[in-house]
Order: sequence, then C-alpha cells, then structure tokens
Amino acid sequence: MDKILEVKNLRVSYHTYAGEVQSVRGIDFYLNKGETLAIVGESGCGKSVTSKAIMKLIQTPPGEIKEGSEILFNGQDVLKMDENALRELRGSDISMIFQDPMTSLNPTMTVGKQISESLVIHRGLSKAEAFEEAVKMLKLVNIPNADKRAKQYPHEFSGGMRQRAMIAIALACNPKILIADEPTTALDVTIQAQIMDLMKDLQDKLGSAVILITHDLGVVADFADRIQVMYSGLIIERGTVNEIFYNPQHPYTWALLKSVPRLTTEHKDTLYSIKGTPPDLLCPPVGCPFAARCEYAMAVCKESMPEDTVLSPTHSVNCWLQHPYAPKVAKPDGIGGTVNESK
Amino acid sequence: MLLDKNKFELIGTIDAEAEKINRPAITYWQDAWRRLKKNPVAMLSLGFLILVILSCVFGPYIVPHKYDTQDYNLLDKSPFGNYWFGTDNVGRDLFARVLIGGRVSLIIGFVGTAVELVFGCIYGGISGYFGGKIDTVLMRIVEVMATIPYLIIVILLLIVLPAGMGTLILALVITGWTSIARLIRGQVMQLKSSEYVMAAKALGASPSRIILKHLIPNTIGVIIVYMSMDIPAYIFDEAFLSFLGLGIQPPNTSWGALVFAGQGVMTNHPHELIFPAVAISLTILAFNLLGDGLRDALDPKLRQ
Amino acid sequence: MTKYILKRIGLMIVTLWVVATLTFVLINSIPGDPIMSKARVLPEATIKVIREKYKLDQPMYIRYGDYIKNLVTGNMGESIIYPGKSVNDIIKAEFPVTARLGLQAITFGLAIGLFLGIVAGLKRNSWIDYLVILIAILGVSIPSFVMALLLQFGFGGKYGLPTVGWGSRTYFFTAFKYTLLPSLALSFASIANFARFTKSSILDVVNQDYILTAKAKGVSQIPLTLKHILRNALVPVLSVLGPRIAGVLMGSIVIEQIFAVPGIGRELVNSISNRDYTVIMSLTVFFALIYIVAQLLVDIAYVIVDPKIKLTDSKE
Repeated sequence: MDKILEVKNLRVSYHTYAGEVQSVRGIDFYLNKGETLAIVGESGCGKSVTSKAIMKLIQTPPGEIKEGSEILFNGQDVLKMDENALRELRGSDISMIFQDPMTSLNPTMTVGKQISESLVIHRGLSKAEAFEEAVKMLKLVNIPNADKRAKQYPHEFSGGMRQRAMIAIALACNPKILIADEPTTALDVTIQAQIMDLMKDLQDKLGSAVILITHDLGVVADFADRIQVMYSGLIIERGTVNEIFYNPQHPYTWALLKSVPRLTTEHKDTLYSIKGTPPDLLCPPVGCPFAARCEYAMAVCKESMPEDTVLSPTHSVNCWLQHPYAPKVAKPDGIGGTVNESK
Repeated sequence: MLLDKNKFELIGTIDAEAEKINRPAITYWQDAWRRLKKNPVAMLSLGFLILVILSCVFGPYIVPHKYDTQDYNLLDKSPFGNYWFGTDNVGRDLFARVLIGGRVSLIIGFVGTAVELVFGCIYGGISGYFGGKIDTVLMRIVEVMATIPYLIIVILLLIVLPAGMGTLILALVITGWTSIARLIRGQVMQLKSSEYVMAAKALGASPSRIILKHLIPNTIGVIIVYMSMDIPAYIFDEAFLSFLGLGIQPPNTSWGALVFAGQGVMTNHPHELIFPAVAISLTILAFNLLGDGLRDALDPKLRQ
Repeated sequence: MTKYILKRIGLMIVTLWVVATLTFVLINSIPGDPIMSKARVLPEATIKVIREKYKLDQPMYIRYGDYIKNLVTGNMGESIIYPGKSVNDIIKAEFPVTARLGLQAITFGLAIGLFLGIVAGLKRNSWIDYLVILIAILGVSIPSFVMALLLQFGFGGKYGLPTVGWGSRTYFFTAFKYTLLPSLALSFASIANFARFTKSSILDVVNQDYILTAKAKGVSQIPLTLKHILRNALVPVLSVLGPRIAGVLMGSIVIEQIFAVPGIGRELVNSISNRDYTVIMSLTVFFALIYIVAQLLVDIAYVIVDPKIKLTDSKE
C-alpha cells in the first residue's frame, strides 16, 4: 500500500466581515494508490473546502490555510510549492471535477478545446494532436458522435453529458488522483448511476485514486474503499466501507445511515431527519460539535472533544461513548454491529 | 485523562437549543428599510435630496432676495457676499434663482416619472397579464417606438407645440414610457404564475382586481428603484433641452435654462454657470446613489 | 443568421417609415406654412413661385406621397431658408465631421473605459478601482454639456488646444488638436459607462465556477485572463454599446454647439432656430437612419460573438 497523499493537521479558515469562520479544524487522512476514499458529511461540514485545499485552490483572501497544515503529495508539501510547480501539479497529477456541470464549463469555449487545453499545457501537444486526443477522451466517456460534439459549446450538451465532459477534462492527462466534489448532486437520479458507473470503469482502466466528496451515503456504498465522516470541520469517524456500513460507532454516522431512504421502509414511517442545524463555525463549540443534536449526548460531550479511539488498523472514531465510563447504548434499529465496549 | 464519572450520564438533545433561531422575523419592508439605513452613501444621498427638495419648495419664500427682483446696481456680482451665489446679468439673486429653477426641474422629474409610471404600469400590466395576441401587438408597438431615437421625437414635439413645462413633460413621457412598460410586463409575467395569483383567480377575482391588488404591489420594489433612476434622467433631459433653447423659456427658469444663460458669460462670470451646473450634477448624483442603495436594499436575494 | 439579419432590416425599414411619417405629420401640423416667416420680406410673386416649387398649396396627402418618394430615392430636399442649398450637400459636407467626432468619442470611450474597467475588476481595492468608482460617479452625474463647458473653460486656449473650431479637413492629423476636446467631452459619459459595466462584468465572471475549473486544470495567469475571464466578460459589453452610440449621437448635437464644430448636429440646431422645416425633417430622418443602422450592426456583432445565440439561429 503506498500512500500518494497525506494530509496532516489541515486547518482552513475564512475571514468574513462577521469574523473568522473555521471551516476545517484540524484533520488528518491519507490516500493510497488506486483506492477510492469517500468523504461524507452534510453541507457546511468542510468537505468541499478540504478538497479545494488539496490543490491549494483556496482563494487567499478571504480564505487562509493555517500554519502547521501539511498536504504531502508523493512526499512533497503542496502548500509550500511555488506557483509554477502548482500549475504543473493541477490538471496533470491531481485533477478535480465539480458539482454543477452547468456552470463549471466555460460557455464561450468549445468542449473539445477545453479538454485539449490541459493536454497542450501539460503534455506539450500541438493543438491538432491535442484535439484528436480530446475526441478520444470524449469517446472514452461514452459520448456519441464525439468528433462532432468536440466542436460544440457546453450549452449544446445535456446535464449528464456535461458532467461526462468534465470527467474527460479531468482525466485527459491521466492524473494520479481524481477529486470528485459532489459529482452527481446536480444530476437526475438515473443519470447519477450512469456517471458513477463511468467513474468506476475509468478508475479501473486508468488506475487513478479517487477522493469522492458527497453527502449521499447511497452513492458511496458501491464505489468507495474507505469512508471518512466529517462534521463541523472535523473527521469524527473513519473506516473501510464494510466497517462503516456494518459496524458504525458514532451517533452521527448512525443518523446518516438512518436518513438514507430505503425501498424497504414501511410507508407509514416518516423519513428520518436529524433535528437541528450544525453549529456556527464563527464560534465553534468547545466540546464535541455534534453534542447539541445527539440523542446520546452526555455532560462530558459538551465540555471537551472526545479522543480518537482506534478500533482496527483502518477503523477509528471520536466519541465519548467509547470511553469506559460511558453507559452501554443500543444502536438504533437497522444499524449493524454493537457499540464497541472495551470495558 | 482523569474524568468525572458523573459526566457520563446520558442527557440527549435539548430540543430548544438545537432549533434555536436567533433572530425575530421581520417583514420585507422593515428589512429593506433597515438595510437601507445601514448604507451611509444612500442615507447621505437621501438626506441631501430631502434638503434640496425642501429648499426648492420653501426656499423662495424665505430668502432675503426674491428671485425676480432686479437690482441694476449689482449686475453679475461674484458669490459669497451678500448674495450667496452672486447675481446674474440683470442683477437677480442667483441663489434664489437656483432654488426657483430647482422647483421646475424637480417637478419635471417627479411629475414626468409619475405620469410615465402610471401609463407604463397600465400598459405593461395589461400586456403581461393577458399575454397572447394582445401582448404580441402591444409589444410590437413598444419595439418600434423604442427603436426610434427618442430625442428626435422630443425635439420635434417641442418645435411643434407651444413651449413650456407641460409640453416638455408630455414630450419626455411620450418617448420614455417604453422601458417602464417593458419592465412591468416582465414582472407581471413572472408573477402571473405564482400561487397566490392562482388562488385569487380561483376565487373569481376579475383581471383588473388581480392586476391592481396583487401584481402591482409586488412590483413596487422594482418600480421604486426604476423611479429613482428615472427622475434624474428627466432632470438631465430637461437640462439638455433647455440648453438647446428648447426647454423652459424665460421668464420661467429651470436649472437647464440657468446653465444656458450662464454659458454665455462663462469666461467672465463663471459662477453663473457653475452653481446651476453643480446643482444639477449633485442632484442627479444623489438620485443615482440612492437608487443603487435602494436596489441593494430591496433585493430579496440579499435579505439577511 | 441571414434570416435574422433580414428580419432586423425589415424592422429597420418599418421604424424609419414611422419616423419619417411622424416627422412629416408633426412639422406640417404647425399652423401656417413654412414660408410664412418670410412673407414680409419677399415679394408676392416670389412667394408664389416658392409655394409652387415646394407644392405648399397641394393637399397633404400629395405632399406626403412626394415626401416619401423623395426619401426613398435619396433626395432629401432643399433648404427653405437658403434656397438652392440641398440637404444632400449639407449632409455630404457635414456628416463626416460628426462621424469623426462620434467615432473618436466611442473609441476613447471603449479604449479608456474597457481598460479601466478590466484593471479595476481584476485588482479590487487598488487605486485604479477607486479611480474607476470616482469616474463612474462623475460620468453619471455630470451632464456631457457641463463637462464640455468645463473642458472648454479649463483647457481652451491653453496647451495649444483651440477653444472652438474644427480645422481644415485636408490635414487629417494636424486637425486632431481641434477634435481632442470635443471628442473627450463627448466620450466622458461613455468612458464612465463602459468602465463601470466592464468592471461589474469581470467581477461576475471571476466568481464563476468555470474559472475554478480552469485553475484546477493548471491554466496559467495570462491565458486564464484572456481566454476565460475576458472572453466571457466582454460579451455583455456589446449590449451596452447600442445605447451608448445613441447617447453619443445625441450628445454630439450639444457638443457641436459648444465647440462650434460644423457637423450635422449643429446644423440641426440651427435649422430648428431658423425654422427651416425641410432641413429639420430630412436631418431628423437621417439621424434616425444612422442610429438604426448602428443598432443593427451592434446586434449582428452580438450574435457573432455570443455562441449561445448562434445556436438558436442555426436551428431555425
């Protein structure tokens, strides 16, 4: 297993007129070659900011990547790279696709040109060669009539096709890491499945590692190798897909799993939703950020951050329920495994 | 880490805290007014305009020198003495004349905009509400009228009709109503399919009732912003036309007419040009800044 | 594309016809006929001859028919006040002057305005940003004729800049100093307008998602600015160009007065003072023509430049 990406103590804040918003409050994670890591959490938990930080795409005012953060790609700290090195990295070693394909493509440039742009920059191809490659990429992402389509503009593509085009742009230079920031959120459910299948297929063919950012656990089950659950700027649980789905330990993870609508849910049951809203990141709470909304909260949860409890080489969780002093709790119905009792 | 065992009792969520919404609900208008108040530039402009309006309305009654008193001993006097703005070529107090001229310019601005508004609302309201053929015909007319360079028509009308404030207003309105009509039509079409209108229809309200009581009040925000931009445009047009000798004729005066008169003696007595010109510029500026502020304050998307 | 152009030309002709008719109706609704003002000065027989020549004693509809016929064939008629002076000649002599003034004004407006707007948009809170805000405020509030008077007052007669006049046409470049102040005065509102608009357009574009996509691809600063930011930000500027041309046309009427520039704007004002009705009618129609043609050209340019509009055309 070699780690191609290591993130250490990443802290990112945004300076707004109302004060400093701490979007990411100290997270660590790693990515191995060829694997798929999913970062899951609700809106505002910091997952998008994290993904942008990896390629140092945070606008620095008003954003700020704090001192002490490290993002190591193949051993080199991205945050210390100069502009030239960063530009070489972006689009060729690490690529990114974004959430809304409608607005993420330049409306006045043909799709083909937008793909060949990376090839010209990073591979030094001539415009003609790059265009041929671009057409090949469009075929690779299953867009019919690729040679005609390459000369068209984004508004002539449908939503699903545009996202495929974005994938083509991102994969044109065969990057080692592909960051997909909510790639299917803006698409219809039927198209979602197609896009996820396409991404899996391409990942197999090209051997790239993928970081998948999403708030939808349903999308993750088929595709990810490991999962990280983020809440309020922190990672509160991480593990392999099996560990998270079959033995989740954090009440927030339980709540997320419960909210995935299932075909088997009885029609009399209402859809589960977590009460309340995430804490204000202008003055984040001192203790566990989920305490205010947690059914299993205890006094200690509000007072201090729980420590990291390691359950297996790949599975760890930050929750006071893991502490020997905590009472035994039963997991909600339908959630697998037992609460780990190291008591 | 040493921890107190007592702290490990389950408490669960405290509902009130989780759902806490910190701010009291306020209406759209209160929110808009609040936002406007926070905008120093807009408030300054508003204050300035109120000052100008009050001065022009009441000023001529209370100034020491009347605007039409001619003192042949004091022709073309420089400003900052007994006469604040100096005097003009027949010895009249320029300050008083600027105030009285302001009355005319402001009236043209407000009345013109008001008339254009009423007409544009009705026209646009009908066109937008009924749609279909009526809309197509009405909009074609607007299209052709809008393509005509409006100043040409204004100039022609001013030649043909007796000069004066009424004609001026009429000419400007006839050529200016097209944009407000289009604007209202657009708004009405947007609102037409909203739910409360459908509810009103379902209750059997007549089209005129719907247009008047539902559609128009909801376009007022847009109307207000438009008005604050149009009033200075009318003042500008009046100045422009008077400058060409087509607008307000003596013995009446307006800011534009004063600039026209001042131009003649510009090299020797620049104050006769500068004061009315500054009056026009500052007023137009204030309206525009206020309009910008109003637009920001009334935009529902920026609601805080 | 051709269908679009043809449709627009059709609209153009209709509008011109409306303008011509309106002009005709308005002028002829003035009580008394045009020659009345000269009645005291000229002998009876001359008046009769003039009346016949201009068919002033004919019923309205015949005169209207003639009028339209003349316009269509390009005959703009003759001045009533200065008999023998044909409007066509007037236009031939004076339109190039106005055209030069107008074109220079628009060029200044675009060059300076776009430049300021782009820099202000790309470098927020720099001194250029504040300068642009200031210029925008001034441009919006100071009427063009006030600006002209200020320029004349401030610079006329100094630094070798003449106060009034236009210079001989044969010396295109030395005549430049005559054209400078008038063009500047006329361009001021355009500079302010373009600068303000371009700045806001750039600010809009810079925050768009596709700029982030381009950065994530590793596109460097210059191609990013040119191909991604500017290419998108400048398209809406065309939509402002039409009204700006109108503003410049109208403004030239006043500017020519102030600077004694022998263009058709000044001619129009003079003919109004003189009540020279044929000239008024013809020049009005001519002004309308220029404006409408300019509009058409701008619209065509817009269609060429914006790919989104291209599509609807090719599908037709």
